Amino acid sequence: MREVAVVSFAQSRHVRREARNEVEILMPVVHEAVERSGIARPFDFTCSGSTDFLQGQPFAFVMALDAAGAWPPIAESHVEMDGAWALYEAWVKIQAGQADTALVYAFGKSSPGDLPEVLSRQLDPYVVAPLWPDAVSLAALQARAWLEKTGRSERDLAEVAARSRRSAKANPHATLAGDYEVAKLLAEPHLAAPLRRHDCPPICDGAAALVLAAGDVARRACKRPAWIRGIDHRIEPHALGARDLADSPSTRLAGVRAGVGKGGVDVAELHAPFAHQEWILREALGLGAGVDVNPSGGALSANPMMAAGLIRIGEAARRISDGAARRAVAHATSGPCLQQNLVCVLEGA
Amino acid sequence: MGDASEPKPVKTIKTPMRLEYQYTAGEATSRYLRGIAQGRILGQRCPSCKKVYVPPRGSCPRCAVATTEEVQLSDKGTVTTFAIVRVPSENISVPLPFASVHILLDGADIPFFSVVQGCPLERVRIGMRVRAEWVPREELAPTATSIRWFVPIDEPDVPFEKLEAAL
Repeated sequence: MREVAVVSFAQSRHVRREARNEVEILMPVVHEAVERSGIARPFDFTCSGSTDFLQGQPFAFVMALDAAGAWPPIAESHVEMDGAWALYEAWVKIQAGQADTALVYAFGKSSPGDLPEVLSRQLDPYVVAPLWPDAVSLAALQARAWLEKTGRSERDLAEVAARSRRSAKANPHATLAGDYEVAKLLAEPHLAAPLRRHDCPPICDGAAALVLAAGDVARRACKRPAWIRGIDHRIEPHALGARDLADSPSTRLAGVRAGVGKGGVDVAELHAPFAHQEWILREALGLGAGVDVNPSGGALSANPMMAAGLIRIGEAARRISDGAARRAVAHATSGPCLQQNLVCVLEGA
Repeated sequence: MGDASEPKPVKTIKTPMRLEYQYTAGEATSRYLRGIAQGRILGQRCPSCKKVYVPPRGSCPRCAVATTEEVQLSDKGTVTTFAIVRVPSENISVPLPFASVHILLDGADIPFFSVVQGCPLERVRIGMRVRAEWVPREELAPTATSIRWFVPIDEPDVPFEKLEAAL
């Protein structure tokens, strides 16, 4: 295996509604990540994650290339998934010896559409999508199953939300941050019972970018590269009824294959857009009480679609590079109710 | 093929799908479209390679830097390449046949797409000078169709060598 590290990371401020187009949002973020890496363009490989369904603008992902610069012509690829999977593709490309450096970016502009409805279009188009099950309702089905199975309460959900938004006070990129009293949160009405608004992620527009480099290139680019020691992703059946919604076996398997349990974990950035999902992921990854989970505030504080998973990797890498953590776990999810999961283990040495 | 007693395959299902979006043009394109609504064509200059882009998208796709300097362009320009269209399309209101053209506006560095009308099509040629034919003042709106098409003007052709960089 080649040694590959995240050497720089940048993200936009994630806001409810952006007037800028995707290039205008992305370009400053890409510039920041590239400048921090000190690596001169062109990169050996460029890979991005986004979906045009969000903003309803065909080929937005092609237009977004202007932010990366495609002249002279570059080697590029795109995934219709969270940018964490674009990072995976770039990592594979580097492992294959076809690249030493890669630029990875992701963006999501959800504000033009009705996001919960737009997300229903990723379901089985013939027998499920015609019923328009929205994303929040599906997450609520999962939350109910989890509460019943574990005997936990809605207070456990509110506590995740309150802790996330308290942590986000230190994150200038977050959409939602502040001190919330659990008792007051529990007095709020349900949005889709058992979920209340605070158990759900904010809808926002934003982008993120990071640079990957191999071996000595990474050592030259960064004082303390965040080395990817393990990375794996797994998917579960498409039919929600065919899965155990209260568990995440795909996360568990990806975690084992990425080597989460091979050492202590200082920090975990988990892509849990809904509060109960953090509990499911902690359990699947075997994270104990001593692990600092989502010090960034997580997806409950800022959830730019298609970028929020990549941001987990970037946030974890940042804490390795600044010396705050020696070993970190980053997780990204895609699809309804944690359908597909990616786990990445990062180390400082 | 199949046994007559077997059920027929389901060949049609009804799954009406409608998603509504509130489009935002972005900062650079909004400035361009607001200019169009006033009968003005605005481009943007790349601070690195100095090329002037129209319509601007806020960035230079070659240098990957933001374009911030706004440049007002003439509504006159030169045909850099063309095609004679004789195929009808329900989406196009311009009467057939017409010439699809790339026009390099005076002051711009990349040509943009439009249509030439107002002259026999066999006269359309690379190097020909043209001018925008706008919709009437009261119909101007922030949309690409505020320029109806381009018409020839009585100016000498631009030599091909001077257009080669913008082909």
